[in-house]
Amino acid sequence: MSNDKLQTATVTSADINDIKLQESLAATAAQPVKITARDVKVFYGDNQAIHGIDLDVYQNEVVAFIGPSGCGKSTFLRCLNRMNDTIDICRVTGEIKLDDRNIYDPTLDVVQLRAQVGMVFQKPNPFPKSIYENIAYGPKLHGLAEKKSDLDDIVESSLRRAGLWNEVKDRLNQPGTGLSGGQQQRLCIARTIAVSPEVILMDEPCSALDPIATSIIEELIDELKQNFTIVIVTHNMQQAARVSDRTAFFHLGNLIEIGATNELFTNPKQKRTEDYITGRYG
Amino acid sequence: MTVAETEKKPLPAPSKVQQKVQQSLARRQRQEKLFRGVGISAVACSLLLVALLFINIFSKGLPAFWQATITLDIYFDPAIVKIPEQPVQGAEESDNDFRERDLAWRSAVGMVNYNRLIQAGLEKVIPDALQHRRDLARIVTSGERFALRDLVIADPTLVGQTKTLHLLTDANIDVWLKGNIDRSLPDAQQQLSAKVREWVDQLAAEGVIQNRFSFALFMNPDSRSSLASAGLAGAFMGSLYMMLVVILLAVPMGVAAAIYLEEFAPKNKLTDLVEVNINNLAAVPSIVFGLLGAAVFIGWFNLPMSAPVVGGLVLSLMTLPTVIIATRSTLKAIPPSIRQAALGLGASKMQAIFHHVLPLAIPGILTGAIIGVAQALGETAPLLLIGMKSFVASVPAGPFEQSTALPVQIYLWQGNELRNFFEARTSAAIIVLLALMLSLNALAIWLRKKYEKRW
Repeated sequence: MSNDKLQTATVTSADINDIKLQESLAATAAQPVKITARDVKVFYGDNQAIHGIDLDVYQNEVVAFIGPSGCGKSTFLRCLNRMNDTIDICRVTGEIKLDDRNIYDPTLDVVQLRAQVGMVFQKPNPFPKSIYENIAYGPKLHGLAEKKSDLDDIVESSLRRAGLWNEVKDRLNQPGTGLSGGQQQRLCIARTIAVSPEVILMDEPCSALDPIATSIIEELIDELKQNFTIVIVTHNMQQAARVSDRTAFFHLGNLIEIGATNELFTNPKQKRTEDYITGRYG
Repeated sequence: MTVAETEKKPLPAPSKVQQKVQQSLARRQRQEKLFRGVGISAVACSLLLVALLFINIFSKGLPAFWQATITLDIYFDPAIVKIPEQPVQGAEESDNDFRERDLAWRSAVGMVNYNRLIQAGLEKVIPDALQHRRDLARIVTSGERFALRDLVIADPTLVGQTKTLHLLTDANIDVWLKGNIDRSLPDAQQQLSAKVREWVDQLAAEGVIQNRFSFALFMNPDSRSSLASAGLAGAFMGSLYMMLVVILLAVPMGVAAAIYLEEFAPKNKLTDLVEVNINNLAAVPSIVFGLLGAAVFIGWFNLPMSAPVVGGLVLSLMTLPTVIIATRSTLKAIPPSIRQAALGLGASKMQAIFHHVLPLAIPGILTGAIIGVAQALGETAPLLLIGMKSFVASVPAGPFEQSTALPVQIYLWQGNELRNFFEARTSAAIIVLLALMLSLNALAIWLRKKYEKRW
């Protein structure tokens, strides 16, 4: 289904059965669609983890995935840059498009996709190298800098954008693993934006951090929105409410509801969403 | 997820719990004490055994590093050392022609009866030497005449001069002076004649015969005609060449195989089979590898017998599984987050492994490889089957020449008939082998510390 057709459909039909689709389109219809997922199913061996998900992500928005443990939100996130490829028994069906290009197209090299869709992981995982090397690795890998000075510029601007420059500018040659947990996570974010991706996936980026480090990262996400499309998985519903434009609620491998964040938290359409956000289960 | 459905069963009263815990405390403490005791005694036992081993080896082996040596003034009498002039390469002469003339000269130098020079030297320190010529010939070990020959070849101007030399005495004299034979035994059971024993005691008292550090042990190859000058050089070089072959073959092959199997190979029945067989291979008795080496490398490929290259190939086969298993377990232990970080940035699988996983795995891989090489260094059984236990009286100049190996040399020496002399020499060889292994292990530890990084 093309983007235009979907938008027309929203305008013309007042009474759409597919609530999910309607909600996902209503919130940020002004922005073009960045990622389109249709009927995505994921299997681990014989075990089906995701049962057909349709979802759109718009450019320069922050989408949060929430849901109880084991609901498939991380699995789905990892489909978006094909990190699931690294798991031998994992199989993905359906269609995921990034800018109208199917990312599971066999002719598409996963390296190219991952340069476009960066990822920040749950536990800060800087390389056991210097801070400089951590940031410079990606640009070097893709040959983004011709000269050393170009590389220096990329490192500085990435660290600045991740709000880490002032803290580490005097010790760029010290190991990245020597930083505090929150700084390490910002280092990982800086490392991700150093290759100028279009989309950043964040898999519970604050779950290993204390509240102060968390709030710094949340502010950072707000700023990064200007330049990047962000998909964030979080266990923390307040966090989802604070940082995201839209929120998607997953349960048992299904997308139950997606909508504008304040809408979803104040006026959920589905009973299960309401039960979850009011703390009945989770 | 949903409301707990389990029925509430009554929990035991807190006072009762306390009572139960109190009751079991004594038993728990007793068990813990018992386990500690067992552990400490196990450690103590093994330390004791290691100490016994070391005390035994060192007390026997250390004296062998010093050998009874006689100091003589040797006059290179021109009447005895009658040699033609050393050839010099002419301007017109081809290399081959010169080499022929040189060889002829060398063999002429070798024809000289150097024993007469030694005897003349002995006559100066032993007053009644001339009455007992037969006994006189038994004082300096027979190999020393070649040392004199080598001196003349190295410097022909020696002829006509007198030089003070330290010459090794016969092995039996060393035994006699070190007290390794019962001095009260009757003549018929002594290795040395009564006259020689008398002389030797006299010379030792005068300081003409002294215990000096035995360079022969390190510089000479094995010898059976001149036991006192038997050394480890041949075996040492043989072992060295074998280690080179092992390091060049087993380590890169093992590491590459491990990386492929661990990181790239699809997980299916075939790779499972390969994995099981690699583990099995590690448990195959080493002598079986010797049989295989004899059949395949010598039988089919016609490689030379007794050569370090074959020994190295056999030991490589033996070391491969060790290296593969060590490398794989090291790779497994690298946290997956590092791999994910690299992949997430758009590194290809190979880049992720070579840029991030391998550098972290290097200490473990090196440790595994060096332990494997050290194991190969000490291996004897497979070498016996490919002819490396033969007596080789020369230092190999390359891996294709006949040679023996350090552990095999130990095996050969401990079977030597002159027990009194070779018991100590065997222990000395063991000390050299142990020193080599300890330095390899120290290298492993140093490398691990050097490349160790924390994440």
